[in-house]
This record gives sequence, C-alpha cells and structure tokens, in this order.
Amino acid sequence: MSWTLLSVEIALAALGSVLLMLGLLLPEKGRRVMQPVAVIALLGILILGGGLYTAQYSLFNGNYQIDPFGSFFKLLFVAAGILVILSAGRYLERFEERVNEFYSFMIFALLGMVVMASAGELITLYIGLELMTVSFYILTAYLLQDKLSAEAGLKYLILGALSSAILLFGISLVYAVTGTTVIADMAAQFSMQPVMIAGIILILTGFAFKISLVPFHMWAPDIYQGAPIPVTAFLAVGSKAAAFAAMVRVFVIAFPVSTFDWPLLLAILAAITIVVGNLIALVQTDIKRLLAYSSIAQAGYIIVGLVAYNTYGLKGVLFYAMLYVFSNMGAFAAATIVEVETGSTDIKAFNGLARRSPMVAAIMTVCMLSLAGIPPTAGFVGKFYLFSGAIQADYLWLAFVGLIMSMISVYYYLKVAKAMYIGTNDDVSAIKPGKAVGAALWVCLAGTLLFGLYPGPLSNLAQVAIQIFL
Amino acid sequence: MFAWSLELAWLIVLLPFAAFALIGLFLHRWPRLSAYLSILAIGLSFGLSVLVAAHVFLGGMQETFEVSMRWLAMPGLNVDMGLLIDGLTAVMLIVVTSVALLVQIYSWGYMHGDPGFSSYYAYQSVFAGAMLGLVLANNFGQLFVFWELVGLASYLLIGFWFGRHSAKNAAVKAFITNRVGDFGLLLGILFLQIIFGTLNFSGLAAEVAGYTNTAILIVVSILLLAGPIGKSAQFPLHVWLPDAMEGPTPVSALIHAATMVAAGVYLIARAFFIFSATPEVMMLIAVIGGFTALFAATIALVQNDIKRILAYSTLSQLGYMVMAMGIGAMTAGMFHLMTHAFFKSLLFLAAGSVIHAIAGEQDIWKMGRLKDKMPITTWTFVIGALALAGIPPLSGFWSKDEILLGAFAGGYTGLYLLGTLVAFMTAFYMFRLIFVVFFGSGKGVEKAHESPPVMTIPLIILAVMAVIAGFVGSPLMDYAFARFVTYPGAVHYEASTMVIAISSLVAIAGIGLAWAIYQKEWINHLQMRERFSGIYTLLYNKYYIDELYHWLGQRFVYGTAKALFWFDIYVVNGLVNGLAALTGGAGKVLRYTETGQVQTYAAYMLAGVIVIVGLVVLAGFALLI
Repeated sequence: MSWTLLSVEIALAALGSVLLMLGLLLPEKGRRVMQPVAVIALLGILILGGGLYTAQYSLFNGNYQIDPFGSFFKLLFVAAGILVILSAGRYLERFEERVNEFYSFMIFALLGMVVMASAGELITLYIGLELMTVSFYILTAYLLQDKLSAEAGLKYLILGALSSAILLFGISLVYAVTGTTVIADMAAQFSMQPVMIAGIILILTGFAFKISLVPFHMWAPDIYQGAPIPVTAFLAVGSKAAAFAAMVRVFVIAFPVSTFDWPLLLAILAAITIVVGNLIALVQTDIKRLLAYSSIAQAGYIIVGLVAYNTYGLKGVLFYAMLYVFSNMGAFAAATIVEVETGSTDIKAFNGLARRSPMVAAIMTVCMLSLAGIPPTAGFVGKFYLFSGAIQADYLWLAFVGLIMSMISVYYYLKVAKAMYIGTNDDVSAIKPGKAVGAALWVCLAGTLLFGLYPGPLSNLAQVAIQIFL
Repeated sequence: MFAWSLELAWLIVLLPFAAFALIGLFLHRWPRLSAYLSILAIGLSFGLSVLVAAHVFLGGMQETFEVSMRWLAMPGLNVDMGLLIDGLTAVMLIVVTSVALLVQIYSWGYMHGDPGFSSYYAYQSVFAGAMLGLVLANNFGQLFVFWELVGLASYLLIGFWFGRHSAKNAAVKAFITNRVGDFGLLLGILFLQIIFGTLNFSGLAAEVAGYTNTAILIVVSILLLAGPIGKSAQFPLHVWLPDAMEGPTPVSALIHAATMVAAGVYLIARAFFIFSATPEVMMLIAVIGGFTALFAATIALVQNDIKRILAYSTLSQLGYMVMAMGIGAMTAGMFHLMTHAFFKSLLFLAAGSVIHAIAGEQDIWKMGRLKDKMPITTWTFVIGALALAGIPPLSGFWSKDEILLGAFAGGYTGLYLLGTLVAFMTAFYMFRLIFVVFFGSGKGVEKAHESPPVMTIPLIILAVMAVIAGFVGSPLMDYAFARFVTYPGAVHYEASTMVIAISSLVAIAGIGLAWAIYQKEWINHLQMRERFSGIYTLLYNKYYIDELYHWLGQRFVYGTAKALFWFDIYVVNGLVNGLAALTGGAGKVLRYTETGQVQTYAAYMLAGVIVIVGLVVLAGFALLI
C-alpha cells in the first residue's frame, strides 16, 4: 500500500495541528489569516480527495477502506467544512482569542467524520465517531458567556455519552455472536438469534441518535438552538452525513436483509420521524429550532433511501446528503448574517430582509424551496430519487407519507420567505454580508440550482460510489 | 470548410442567454451598455450562424450534424439536450439571427429614451436565445422547453408597455390562447414518448416509418398540430396575433411577423415525417392553412390600423405556408417562410418608422403624402409590399409561385384558386395602405420627419434582402434552396409559365385596383362601403370571432368557475382549514414532548430502544409460531 491513499486523513490531521500551533505563535492580529489559511488548505484537500475518487483499496486487513463511497462523503465533509468556515464570518468575533482553537476543533471533527465514512471495522468507526463527537461537545459550549450554549454543551455530552454506550454495547453483542468486528466478514458469520437482533437494534440506536431519528431526536432542537450557529450548521450537515455514511456501510454490508428485515424497522422509524419532525416544525418561531426540526424531517427522508435498499434509493441517499450540504448551509449562512446583524434568532428578525439585502433573501428563499423539494432546485431531484427508490422497493406507503409531509413542510419553509418579503421592519438599513459569507452564499445557491437543473454529474458520482454495494 | 463552426454552434444559443443573464443581474442600470451587450451577443450569433450556413450550403455537408447529451434520465423517459444542424436548421439560423440583429439595431432608435430600455434588450436577448434553441433542438423535449420560452418572451414583449390596459390584456390573451395550443402539443409529445419510446427526431423518423397503426398516428399528429396552430396563429387560434400588435413595433416585426410565429411552420417542417405519414392529417393542415389565408386576407381589406393590416397580412401569409406544408410542398413553405421573414419584418419596421415619425398615430386615414418627408421609409416599404404582392423578380414572387405551383401541379385545384385569390387580395390591401399613407391626395402630416440612420439602415438592408432573397430558390440559381431543405420523397415540379403569368397578373390587377380607388379615386371607396355595409361590418369586426369567444367564455368558463368557486369556498376550504388546524394542533401538542429536561430525553431514548427490541422479538415469535 501507498501512504498517498491516506493523504486526505494525514493532511487533515496535520492541518488541525498546524492551526492549533499557529494560534499560539501568531500575534493578536495574525488571527485574521486563520480563516483564509483554513479555507485554502481545505480546498487543497478537496482537490486531493477528488484525485483519489476512484481509488479502491482495503487497508490494514480490511479495517480501513479507501473506496468511492468513502471518497464521496470525504468530499462532502470537506465541502461542508469550507462552507461553515466561510459562512461563520463575523460571528467568530464572539470567540475572541479562542477562535484559533475553534478552527482546530472544526478540522478534528472533520477528520473524525472522514474516518467514520471510511472505517471498515466497527472499533475504527467508533474511534472516528468519538473524535467527531468530542470535538462537537467542546464546540457546542464554545460561547462561554452564553448560558444556553453551556447548557447545550452539557446536554450533548450526557446524551452523547449515553448513545455511545448504547452503540458500544451493540457492537459488543454483535462481536459476541460473529466473532469479528470487520464489517465485511460479518455477513458470513451472521446467525439469527435474539442477541444478534438486540445488537443490531442497539447499533441502529447509536446511529439513530446521531442522525436524530424519532424517538432519539430530542437532543437536537436544544443543542441546535444553544450551540454557536456555525457549529449548529456543521452538526446538521456534517455530523449527520457521517452517521449516514457509516450506517449505510454497516447495514448494507454486514446485515443481510434476507435473514433480518431491518428495512421494515427503519421504514417505520423513518415514517415517524418525517411526521413528527415536520409537525413540530410547523409551530416553531426560532429559526435555529425550525432548522433543527427541519433537519430531523430531512433525516427521515434520507433514511427512506436506505429503506429502499436499491440503486435509486442508495443513490438518493448520497445525492440528497450532498445537496443538503448546499441548501442547508445556505439557510444557515443567511441565519448567521441575520443573527450577527440583529442579535436575534427569532423568525421575526427576518422581517423585511428582502429590502435590507435582496441577495441574502433571494438565496435563503431558493434554499428553503430546495429543502421543501420544489423544482427546479436540487431538493426536488433528491426527493425524486429517494421516493422513486421507495416505490420500486414496494414501500409505496412510505413514499406517500414522505410526499404528504413534504407538502406540509412547504408551509414552514415559506413562512421564512414570507417574513423576508412581506414582513415589515422598523430597521431598514442595508445589510452588507462580508465577502466570505457572500462567497459561501453564492456557492450554496450555485450548488442548489446546478444539481437541480443538471443533476447528471452528481448522479454519476453517486452511481460510482454505490457500486461497492451492488 | 468551417467545420469547426459546428463545434461552436452551441454558442449561438448561449450568447443571447448570457447577455440576458448579465443584463438582468448586473447591467440593468446602464441602458446603453445593456443594449450594446445584447446587440454584440446577437451579432456574434449571427456571425457563427453565417459560418455554419456556409459550411452546410457551400461546403457540401452531406450528413446532418448532431450532438447530444443526456439531460434527464429516468426509467421510461430520457430527455436529451442537443444540437441538430441540417439545411433546415441553417436556413432558420440565418433568418432568425439576421432579422433579430437588424431589429435590435433598429430598436436603438425606436426605443430611445424608454424607461424600460434595459429590460427591453434583456427580453430581446432571451427571445433570441430561446428561438435559436428551438431551431437547434434535436428532440421534442428540448424543443418544447424553448417553445415555451419563446412564448414567455413574446408575453413579456407584448405587455412591454404594461401601463397601457390594452397591452396588458393583449399579453394575457396571447399567453392563454397559446396555452390551448401548447397543451395539445405537450399531449402529442407525451404520446410520442409513450408509443415510440424516444423524442429524438431522427430516432422518431425511423420508428414512425415502420409504424402501421394509422388511427393512433392521426390522433398524435392532430395533437402535435395544435402547437403550430396556436403559435403560428392559424384559425381558430388566430385571435391573439392582431392584439399582439400592442407591443413595440420592432417586437411585432421580429417576433410576431418574422420568427416566432414561423416556429409553428418550422415545427411542421421538422416533424414532417410524422404529419406526412397520414394523408388525412395533411389534408387537414392544407385546409386550415388555406382557410386562414383567405379569412385573414378578407379582414385585412377593411382595417384602418397600419399595424393591424400588417398583422392580418401575416396571418394570411402564415396560412399560405401552412397550406404549402399540407399539400406536401414543404420546401416551398419553408422558402416562403424565409422570404416572408425578410419582407414582412421590413414592412413592420418601416411602419414603425412611420409611427415613430408621427407621434404614435396608427390610423392610416390620419396619414398621407408621407413620401415627400420620409423617402427612405416610403420606398423601402414599397419594395416590401411589392415583394409581398409577388411581383417578379422580388423574393415573394419566387416563393409564392412555388406554393401555387405545388398546389396546381399537385392537383389541388381548389387550393390553387384560393391561393390565387388571396394573392390578388394581398396586392390590393397592401397598395390600399401604400396609396393612403404615402401617396394619396390628403394634406399630409406637418411634423413628420425621416427617421435617424440607425433605423433607416436596417430598412435598407432588409429591402435589399427582400429583393434578392428569392433568387436562392429560383430557377436562376437552379433551385439551390430545394437541395438543402427537403425531405425524402419530395417531388419537384417544373415551373409552369401559366402559373407564373396568372399570379403576376392578379398581383398587378390588385395593385391597379387599389391605385384606381385610393390614388385616382375613380371609384369612391366610401360609397362602396355604404353599398356593402353588411359585409364591411362583418369584415371590420373580424367575423365577430373575438365576440364569440368572449360569449363562450362568459357562458361556459365563468359559469363553471362560479360553481367551482362555491365548491372551493365551502367544501375545499373547509377541508383544508380543518386539516391545517389538525396538523397545527398536532404540532402544538407534540412540542410539549420537548421539555428541556435531559433526564426525560434519556428516558425517551431508552424507552425507544426497549420498545423496538420488544416489538421485534414479539414479531419474531409471531413468525415462529
């Protein structure tokens, strides 16, 4: 094997350490270079990851997999990381001198996600997951003076530890039955017995916590609301996508559907998640909580693809996870701008935004439409893949639940648009987002529209990535 | 020769769209810059189109050039985006880009000082892009997208002066009328996809050739035909075109005379393999076209608005082209489309020059003796009218003659006589207009003046085209046009001296009659109007078709709408509001699960695990038993 196969992981680890040290070495004003350094380095890593896209190797006796599936998610995480750092913009001034470590923790969380997506073995996967989660514990509580932030950090720590315990318990039960933790070897040792089922369900619960499936979702709104908004954004797109990547790899490869019908179980969970997430989102008045419930519902949609368990469905999972980065990051970037400007995360703070900054309002609207699944945005294409997959797999009822709840979701997504375009505000001064945030918004808009109008290339990438399961 | 230009053909479409995007997003505050950019884009498209056409016509390109990429793929439906270049495309490219370029230059003068100058050029660009995309499309799916886009551009430009009530209404009318036709077209396209599994033109051509179920083919063809009937304003969907004259005159010239309305004719030509597969549909096309030609020409005889006369003339000429398609003279129809584009846009632009000169007046009876004050406008208009009337050797003569020859030699004697009658009427109403507006004995308009060179130079160029464009399809150039725009199994008839002589004679007779009545006033036209007041009123009111549609609309559409409105208010709203209250209420109840207590959250998680494990184990036991 060649170490270049691990260049993305190595580069990320190095970048995280370098940023940490730069923070110590650079004088006060040197902090300003951190953002461009981080973004440029991540862009380099993105290119590196792109170059390795089609590489397929099994390293360390199958403990670590380099394959297009993992690479797809690596690109996704790095893209999300870049957008989070760009869109954080002036919000980071609140972190004062601790902003350097903020970048390091971001990068380490990113490294954890990358490991999760590529782990070929459960313990490696767990280590990646903990690297990511521990970084997030710290990031969540990063606003030291803010009580909500501290409370959120503590809640996340307690519940996260609980879910890790559940996951580890599940892994140990599965190990007890199969005698291995290498994902690829498990299917051969699979035997149907209550312990095994309990193990699978516990592992499922561990992942379900991370992607906030009902009833394991309750942490999400509180933590999303309390955490600094860039962290919330990264939690919503990065952490979730990492859990999806790991979950798809483990469930599709290790647990044969023929002996245990886990798709049915997931289908029920997905349906409950879609219904509950969307219904509670209807009555939210805080943009962060609204996006939290929206992200719970979105997780339900993505799980539909895993339930379908066919080309369309799995392709849909990847496609949707990617477009979700752009659409959701666009929404969060706009929310960040509004919070920086008005100090509020209430939806009322969006009133009259269309006059104060037409560009931000327009991009926010497009992203909201994409999350609701309205053509010609990417969200429509993504949902199309997911629900087509479900219909092909004879989960017609699930597709119906998804469609009806998507319709309902339009209400709360457009509520934000309504506030921006129809709502009135006493303060009519123009809002000028910084250059970095502006760039992030335009990238989000471009991604949301491009994948919607011309889904071919991304669809092909996803097709290549899921070849390992077919 | 110029083979490389084919590889760049996609730029022909993209450049105007790019101009539209740049103007719309960034440049709309700088009107001059917007106009320069728009003109530059269409100018480059024109340049590329010339190279493409040169390659096709002079380089002796034998095969059609087609590139395609998958735009959308799903089981049972693949939609491509592609380019298809053959003789037909090349002709359309030249016509569209050259007329659009001249019209955009002319508009610089005509629209000068308009507050919406930038938007005007943005719309012009989006129209040009959409129209070029339409003619370059290699499949029905793409064609339909661009078909709708030209409809949108037309809507925006008809209603350009949306402050005027009539312009707003005309835009809506055009849009709705076209919607009727487009609905049929879309159904037809869906049928094609379902039956043949492809929307690609060459793919369909191969499939249709081997298809034997005539009944279905007739249904599909008639559905497809609805599109051209709407877009090319054929009876009974012709009502929108005269009203569309509410738009700025350069728009009427480009969109509602030369290019967009010709898109329907182009579609028939492009999908000729489908229509020509069933003689019944061909007959229907011929009859619709012939009827429209006659019907519109009779209305044009008595109108008083200079643009409306030209509009009905356009209807009539489109009818001519459609009739040509129906009798199998596809080449002649396309030939007439090309020559008509040049001389009719010339006529419209010259009419615009007149309207511009006399402060927006459009009533021909309020004009007169303009030839002294506006010589260039007058003589270019006369050239255009002579071409339209079919006086040899101007372009209209050659193309009209080809159509009449096709009807005569093809054995469609009725249609031949009808065509000749229309030719007579055309000459008459055009020269009625000329004698009243430019010559005549009236006192003339005091303040009239010749338009600036930015407007007159396009007129002169178009006048030259109106004279010479016909030669490419004439025996003088060995019917060059027919070699490139044709279809398998096309028949070419030898020129008949009798047809030529008769059509020229009736045109001269028409001009002579107009001269006698309106110039020399040997016959008092007011007395004529009195004597035939019944027919006059019927024609002047356009056979009351608009009133009929309005009455039908009132009776049936509004009646149904009222009933549905009641249903909507009391039944649907009740249900919807009830459901909304229910979902909202559910949301409110469910949010109480979120207590903020971390112990509660942990309890829910563990309870969730236990319930799931319990259910699965129970289900497992149930299966075992």
